Parts: sequence; C-alpha cells; structure tokens
Amino acid sequence: MSRPEDTLPPDLHYNDTEARKYTTSSRIQNIQAEMTHRALELLALPTPSLILDIGCGSGLSGEILSTIPSSQNGPHTWIGLDISPSMLATALERDVEGDLLLADIGQGVPFRAGSFDAAISISAIQWLCNADSSEVSAMGRLSRFFNGLYASLKRGGRAVCQFYPKNEQQRTMISGAAIKAGFGAGILEDGGGRRVLRRIWF
Amino acid sequence: MKVLTLNFLTCAVKACKSSTASFPLHPKDCELVSDTIEANPALIYNVLPRVDWAALITTASELGFPTLPAQPPTKEELEADEKMMGELHTLLLETQISEGMLRCGNCGHEYRVKEGIANFLLPNHLV
Repeated sequence: MSRPEDTLPPDLHYNDTEARKYTTSSRIQNIQAEMTHRALELLALPTPSLILDIGCGSGLSGEILSTIPSSQNGPHTWIGLDISPSMLATALERDVEGDLLLADIGQGVPFRAGSFDAAISISAIQWLCNADSSEVSAMGRLSRFFNGLYASLKRGGRAVCQFYPKNEQQRTMISGAAIKAGFGAGILEDGGGRRVLRRIWF
Repeated sequence: MKVLTLNFLTCAVKACKSSTASFPLHPKDCELVSDTIEANPALIYNVLPRVDWAALITTASELGFPTLPAQPPTKEELEADEKMMGELHTLLLETQISEGMLRCGNCGHEYRVKEGIANFLLPNHLV
C-alpha cells in the first residue's frame, strides 16, 4: 500500500472526500479509538485536564477525551490543531466539544509556556518529515514543533505521540528532534512493529 | 473558541516570541455564542492556577463582560461559592468566539476566526 505522506501534503491530501472517508471508516474509527485509549493509559492523568491534540483531524480522539467519565479522572478539555480545513470542517459538522485551530505544527505551537497538562498526537507527526516547499526543511519543521510543544506543556507534563515512521531514518530523525527539544523519549512498538507508539516525557 | 483557549494562545510570529505585548491576543469585531457545557469543577481547579488572571481581566473587558475581581478566587472560595464557580465556568468554557479577529498587540497580525476556528497559518517569512 502506498503511503499518503509520499504523494501530497496533508492539507491537500485530506480534502473533503478524504476527510469524510477517514472519519466514517469504521476500521479507522476503531484504530483511532484504541490508540487514544492507549495514549491516555500512558499519560495516566490524575484529574480532568487541559490536553493539546496535535493533528486532531475531525476530532475522533477528542471526542473520546470529552467523554471519559469522572470515575476515570475525566472528562478532559482539549484544544485541537490541524492543517486540513476539510478535516476541521468535518469536526464542526460532528459538533465536537474541543476548540479547533487551523495551524501547521511545523510552524510551531502558538501557546504560552506551561499551558497544557498533556498532549496527544495520533497518526500525525510523520507528516512533519515532508517539507513541501524549498523554503523549509523537515529538520527545521520538526525542531520548531518539538521546541514549541515542550514549552507549551506544564512542568512534568507528558506528550504521547503515535506515528507511522516511513523507515528507520525517519524514526531516528523524529526521536532525535524530540530529545534535542528536552524530552526524555522512549519508543514503544505495538502491533507487530507496524504501529509505533512513542512515549515522550520529561 | 473558548475564552479559556484565548487565555493560552499567543501570537505565532517568530519576532513576537520575546515580546510581552504579544499576549493576550485582542478580540476585534467578535461575535460571541454561548455553548452549554456540563460543569466540571475539577477541571477548573486544575487549570485555574495556570490561567493568566490579568490577561483574563483584559479579555473580559474587551468582550464587554462585567469587571472581574483583581485577584483570582482561591479553590476554597470557589468551593464555598457556587455562584462564583458557575460564572467562572460560563466565562471560561461556555462563552465562545464564533466570528471575528484576534489581533496581536505587538506586530498587529490579525488571526481570523471563522465558525469558531482560528486560522493560525502563517506565511513562511513570519515563521
């Protein structure tokens, strides 16, 4: 199967048709839900929290964050960033509770220092490795993202980023950028090595 | 966009990172809507110490709300005063900007808000 990351940038790939396909596919919904729950398990939040959702898309993960019962220390309030207007439009149609921002995480994370209890990112940051114009480099985008993310988390805040690296080189590039920004990074592999769940903390 | 979110957002322009005038962003020509959100006191207790109260006072007055007290309420005060808790919940979570602009006080960049979604995409030379 070809990787969507190899063909088009994310704001063009996820047009109205792709955004709807992604959101209504029950296979993707299930995978997304499973990974969101796994991320929450890793975050182990002790109280209802303010969470940044990086690459929130149509809000599939966010919806889960909004409905965690108080017996499991929820519900959480979330702010989602995404570069695809079509994905965000789909989120609007689905009337999600979190706030949505149209933003390119490769340009940084526009929040003041110490804003969030935690951050999650499900299947998004591999898109950062694509530099779509000659003016920007993948390394520059990765480092702006991780530096901004690190600063936006409160002291002791954790980020769980699940991503699909294309190859070993990409994986090393992403974890290298995270560590350089100050994260203590660990990589967990779930699901036969195809799905890589990566936990970063500091 | 919730008032709570606005209290954490800063200008994304690189040259504004070191300027205190780039926070908070100033709402301009904004339409507000009210969304019903279930009370979540534990969330308010958790985020309140991180809310920039001075910025919240500015935002509330710019949006035309009654003046807030000069100091944030303590957790004990909120526990004892249901009305105050309710008002804070309404302001931070239920009051939302649906249309308008958010203007940076340092560089003057205006971020457009449409259907509650703020556009933070920047041209490359400002990143």
